[in-house]
Amino acid sequence: MIYLNAFIFCGIVCVIGQIILDNTKLTPGHVTALLVVVGSFLDTFSIYDKFIIWAGGGAMVPITSFGHLLIHGALDTANDIGFMGLMVGMFDLTASGITSAIIFSFFLSLIFKPKS
Amino acid sequence: MEKNRYKDIVKDHTPKENRLYNTMIAFFVGGLMGVIGQGLVDLYALVFDISTKEASIFMIVTLIFIGCLLTCLGFFDKWVHACKAGLIVPITGFAHSMMSAALEYRKEGLITGIGSNMFKLAGSVIIYGVVSAYTFGIIRYFLLGG
Repeated sequence: MIYLNAFIFCGIVCVIGQIILDNTKLTPGHVTALLVVVGSFLDTFSIYDKFIIWAGGGAMVPITSFGHLLIHGALDTANDIGFMGLMVGMFDLTASGITSAIIFSFFLSLIFKPKS
Repeated sequence: MEKNRYKDIVKDHTPKENRLYNTMIAFFVGGLMGVIGQGLVDLYALVFDISTKEASIFMIVTLIFIGCLLTCLGFFDKWVHACKAGLIVPITGFAHSMMSAALEYRKEGLITGIGSNMFKLAGSVIIYGVVSAYTFGIIRYFLLGG
């Protein structure tokens, strides 16, 4: 059942992105930045946590979960050590994604030549 | 007068994109990515005997690696052209934007090429994510009590 929920949730987020791309002059860069902001906005009221319980991995794959993880790590640390925790813990949960993207793109770009 | 006519001719000859088809394919491909994500989480949790939270980190790293590798091999650009937002919105789009920037500026050298241009496309995601997360974080910390 959670697979169906994952399909529906991830599909709907992609459809929202596609509708914005088709009907406005915004580029994919605009759309991804907008969706990250939407993700962190939804987590302000703990709505995104409910999506993750409902759709599992389907809610972690879209870029909206990136904004959710940023604010989630910041607030977790802020609850522990106070106001400065917002800055200390900002990258706590997203560090794996950013680090792996940097490492893989650096080493693969040394190996491969650009196509076209 | 001439300019308007030229614009009309251009408008007539621009290929019209089928928006319904685009939306359908974005829904289908995006949904499939979600199912793959959930499948990987379940697989890692079963094989390595770890919690769902740790398995989701493995899943994100795996998807980023696949996105980077397929971009290097040249498949990803064609697939993005065919599947539109279905591949841009998932985390593979983030990996693709970093990888293609790194590949494109490879010839300008390691520091001035890869080093300074890797975040050219993906930087907007990180910057607006951090700015919005900090702003909303302050609001939630002071108004809703963390």
